[in-house]
Amino acid sequence: MSAEYTSTELLAYVAAGLLEDNSSVFVGTGLPMIAAMLAQRTSAPNLLIIFEAGGIGPQVPVLPISVGDSRTFYRAVSASSMHDVMSASQAGYLDYGFLGAAQIDAYGNLNTTVIGKWELPRVRFPGSGGANDVGSLCWRTIIVMRQDPRRFVETLDFVTTPGYLDGPGARERVGLPAGTGPYRVISQLGLYGFHERFKRMELLAVHPGVSVEDAVEATGFELLIPDKVATTIPPSRAVLDTMHEIDPTGMVIGR
Amino acid sequence: MNVLQEGKGTLVGWIDPDKQRAWVSEHKSRALKDKRTSVDEAISEYVPDGSLIALGGFGHIRVSMAAVYEIIRQRKRDLTLCGKTAVHDCDLLVAAGCVNRIEVAYAFGHELRGLSAASRRAAESGRCKVVAEISNAAYQWRFLAAAMGLPFVPTRVMLGTDTLHRSSAKVVQDPFTGKPICLVPACYPDAVLMHVHRCDKYGNAQIDGIIVEDFELARAARRLLITTEEIIPDSTIRESPQDTVIPYYLVDSVTEVEHGAHPTLMPGRYYFDEQHISEWLRLSKTEEGVAQYFDRYVHGVESFAEYLDLIGGDAQLEHLRQVEHLEAPLEAPWLEEKRR
Repeated sequence: MSAEYTSTELLAYVAAGLLEDNSSVFVGTGLPMIAAMLAQRTSAPNLLIIFEAGGIGPQVPVLPISVGDSRTFYRAVSASSMHDVMSASQAGYLDYGFLGAAQIDAYGNLNTTVIGKWELPRVRFPGSGGANDVGSLCWRTIIVMRQDPRRFVETLDFVTTPGYLDGPGARERVGLPAGTGPYRVISQLGLYGFHERFKRMELLAVHPGVSVEDAVEATGFELLIPDKVATTIPPSRAVLDTMHEIDPTGMVIGR
Repeated sequence: MNVLQEGKGTLVGWIDPDKQRAWVSEHKSRALKDKRTSVDEAISEYVPDGSLIALGGFGHIRVSMAAVYEIIRQRKRDLTLCGKTAVHDCDLLVAAGCVNRIEVAYAFGHELRGLSAASRRAAESGRCKVVAEISNAAYQWRFLAAAMGLPFVPTRVMLGTDTLHRSSAKVVQDPFTGKPICLVPACYPDAVLMHVHRCDKYGNAQIDGIIVEDFELARAARRLLITTEEIIPDSTIRESPQDTVIPYYLVDSVTEVEHGAHPTLMPGRYYFDEQHISEWLRLSKTEEGVAQYFDRYVHGVESFAEYLDLIGGDAQLEHLRQVEHLEAPLEAPWLEEKRR
């Protein structure tokens, strides 16, 4: 039996399910942390979690506030440096990268820099941080974000982090490592992938109670819809309890 | 080499390696000498108005807040900040009007706590100018290039993006693979302010936990100002030389400031002071609040010890020690405000 859950809890649960045991994941602040920690406590006990500030292989005891927090190297295999983990990513050791964003387009390019003109922005966001590095260097990038037509847009105000840029072969043409790119997008409405040939976003699954039309309406670009769209499985009570152990104050998951 | 693309961002901190070598030869003493001084004197001497500065640590982890407050107290102006993983440090320095130019890898944010009201206002009004964009890895590789005495380091990040377009990097055709590769220029900050767990009076320094990018940054710094939780004997350093992250010849000044990273996190010692950071996040929503904060916590105190009394003294410091060691639960007043 599934329990009552919030959209944030569902998002974190679906994201955690994408991570395989014995793989490595580069984790950003917030929901990606919850997802990776949940995976490590449930389906992927040997998940190798890596943080940009140098935490390698921690058993994170409780949700960190920062990717440089001491929780990010708690019972870790190594407390290292940014140079070390970024180099490992560039050398091909990072299977998954986990990011959030303010805007995304059909090719999975991400904006976390500005809304409006760069010179004098309407809204100034923090910038790339490690996002461009993760999106450039990890084999498969997973993006977790809220979905509405202002966030899932035709044209980004600023391309902070590369997805498939303007289509097939574009990443390799500009010199990004071959065979890398966005893999999944998870929103409060559904789970998305990228079409093998066109490298454009396609709907893979909707969350329970969400229709394909809901997903289409919340997207500002033409979403590819395959013949079969699955429905995601909601979290059990036990999983929800684990999630709230990870984030006892409800900083990300809520209360 | 065939240049394929040039970023349009302002190139800050780059120096021809031969010029830098000559400067090092003349200005960086190899003498083993006592470098202990006050933060006041170190900032007066090594951080003139108009400098390019960088903070060690990670924005709100192991930041030399003693140095940040001193820069604000001395009302430094026209500083350019290396916005490498900049968080609380950047927010305060921009809000105080000390920093008005910034190269941004990460700035104007407080990670999980949300966006920084004060420094965002400055960026959105043009009072603080973003002179270039860059990524975290690219920034620390700028410091790596400087540490190595090279003009640039080749990397495979930023390619194909507006981040590159607004950076000071260049894309060339790599002569080995024939593929495009991104060259990030060396960056030598005029002054780097860094807080460490312990060092001796000469500056030989140890850091517990993650180093972040301080190995490279310490070596890229033209002037390196160290504040430390404690000064230990040189003989103790020599008992475990493998623990020295920063050797003395890189260091220009040493000041012992226990709890000198408060309210940022000092790994193994004290956690973020979320009560204090919440007060800042609340006050910094208005310019009046910003002034009120600095009047109370910077201009209104005579010493760092007096500041520590003001934030709750020994009882609060003990609480932060317990939270860091998972012996007490985290309380974050900003979370209550976020929920409302």
